[in-house]
Amino acid sequence: MELIGAAGAASTLDLLAYSPPGWGANLLRGLWNSILIAGGAFGLGLLIGIFGAYGKLYGGPVLRDLLAVYTTVVRAVPELVLILILYYAVTDAVNQALIAFGHERIQISGLAAGIVVLGFVQGAYATEVLRGAILAVPPGQIEAARAMGMPATLLARRITLPLMLSYAIPGLANLWLVATKDTALLAVVGFGELTQETRQAAGATKAYFTFFMAAGALYLTLSLVSTYLFARLERHARRGQPSVGGAR
Amino acid sequence: MRDDTASRSPSPEAIRIEGLHKSFGPLEVLKGVDLVAHEGDVVAIIGGSGSGKSTMLRCINFLETPSSGRIVIGGEEVRMRPDGSPADRRQIERLRQSLGMVFQQFNLWTHKTILENLIEVPVYVLGTPKDQAVARAERLLARVGLAEKAGAYPAFLSGGQQQRAAIARALCMEPRAMLFDEPTSALDPELVGEVLGVIRDLAAEGRTMILVTHEMKFAREVSSHVIYLHNGRIEEEGPPDRVFGDPKSDRLKQFLKTVA
Ligand SMILES: Nc1ncnc2c1ncn2[C@@H]1O[C@H](COP(=O)(O)OP(=O)(O)OP(=O)(O)O)[C@@H](O)[C@H]1O
Ligand SMILES: [Mg+2]
Repeated sequence: MELIGAAGAASTLDLLAYSPPGWGANLLRGLWNSILIAGGAFGLGLLIGIFGAYGKLYGGPVLRDLLAVYTTVVRAVPELVLILILYYAVTDAVNQALIAFGHERIQISGLAAGIVVLGFVQGAYATEVLRGAILAVPPGQIEAARAMGMPATLLARRITLPLMLSYAIPGLANLWLVATKDTALLAVVGFGELTQETRQAAGATKAYFTFFMAAGALYLTLSLVSTYLFARLERHARRGQPSVGGAR
Repeated sequence: MRDDTASRSPSPEAIRIEGLHKSFGPLEVLKGVDLVAHEGDVVAIIGGSGSGKSTMLRCINFLETPSSGRIVIGGEEVRMRPDGSPADRRQIERLRQSLGMVFQQFNLWTHKTILENLIEVPVYVLGTPKDQAVARAERLLARVGLAEKAGAYPAFLSGGQQQRAAIARALCMEPRAMLFDEPTSALDPELVGEVLGVIRDLAAEGRTMILVTHEMKFAREVSSHVIYLHNGRIEEEGPPDRVFGDPKSDRLKQFLKTVA
């Protein structure tokens, strides 16, 4: 194996080198694609989550029932199954629609489909995280804004959402990490994210250990950087709140 | 202290409530109450726990939706649907901007500094230029003795300081009238005085105020009119010296004995 001996170490570096014959560029492209999908899906999930949370809290009975079905089903079915169903269903539905309107079939970009599919899954979890966080906001602070004549959307943007953020961030950080890892599931539909690129590199060179260790290191780095950034964000969101741990 | 004629002076009406009813489900909390506050009046609402004082106050700015009755703010009647719910959101928002409310629990926004709390509504809702809003906020903070706390977050202030800041926040909107719901009930006894002092100053400068309070001595001192609520009805009302000095109904006599 390539890890054994000095010659092995050199060839490992060669394999991971940025330019061919090394596969480093492929791995980094995969990582970048993973980040794009995870970022897009997380953002879409947040958007769905905000509407979902407000819908569940303040919506009419029909909307609430629809949202309950959405969050229940998405959270009950394994993500891999959902991704397979949604990926083929979404691409198929788009093409059906195109044909119905007299257009040609198109090849839907894996990136867009991945974002929509994972975002749909993320949205269900985000709905619950945000609903809980909104409920945790002291009602008096919302009432104070209402009593001063603040319109509802401004109130949500300036008071409720910033206040609920400190309660939501731990849950959202989890969701983001899940999103980065769920991108690997898109390998099953052949999208060139990190896991898929790693599989190809490993398959071509037979250096499975090297490439999957490298991929693991990249995922770990992404996770560490994210954790650091979320910790900073949480500190910002908790501004004005005395810390619990300080007075031990 | 002002005499009874003050409340019947020709100054324009600030707040009028007529035949206000309010039920929470089967529980009828207000059974037809009326109130008129002219500009400069200080109306104190007293009564036992659960008598409906907070509900009455909160119906004025529609934090509670009346079941029926009329609410008139500065000569403008609040448009209601037959079930009492507001017919026009925008009107409610506009009228709320003219009523500064102060809560028992202060309810300052914890993610904003004191100064940010004060300028929030003027800048983002009323469209006051920021430098103007800041100048006014600083003036008001100085007035309530909190000039050096402008940059602090509410959680790091004492209860009395938070309530004074909350009063300044309400004043920042330059309201037509102030609504107080037991502003000192959540405070440690030694902090009550500093908040009452601020309210006393506001009364002295002729601010229109509706004040729900358990501080009888204070109510007698600052109010121009006192309403005694019992079980959702106005059991007795009148100028403070009469209501406190010469109560007519047995219930009020009993009540004043228990709180004295
Ligand atoms: N949102 C609500 N839902 C149901 N019942 C309510 C609600 N708010 C108030 N009540 C009831 O209405 C009655 C009057 O309440 P209110 O808060 O107006 O009394 P209060 O005079 O302010 O009392 P306190 O001095 O204790 O503050 C009470 O019996 C209370 O339980
Ligand atoms: Mg009350």
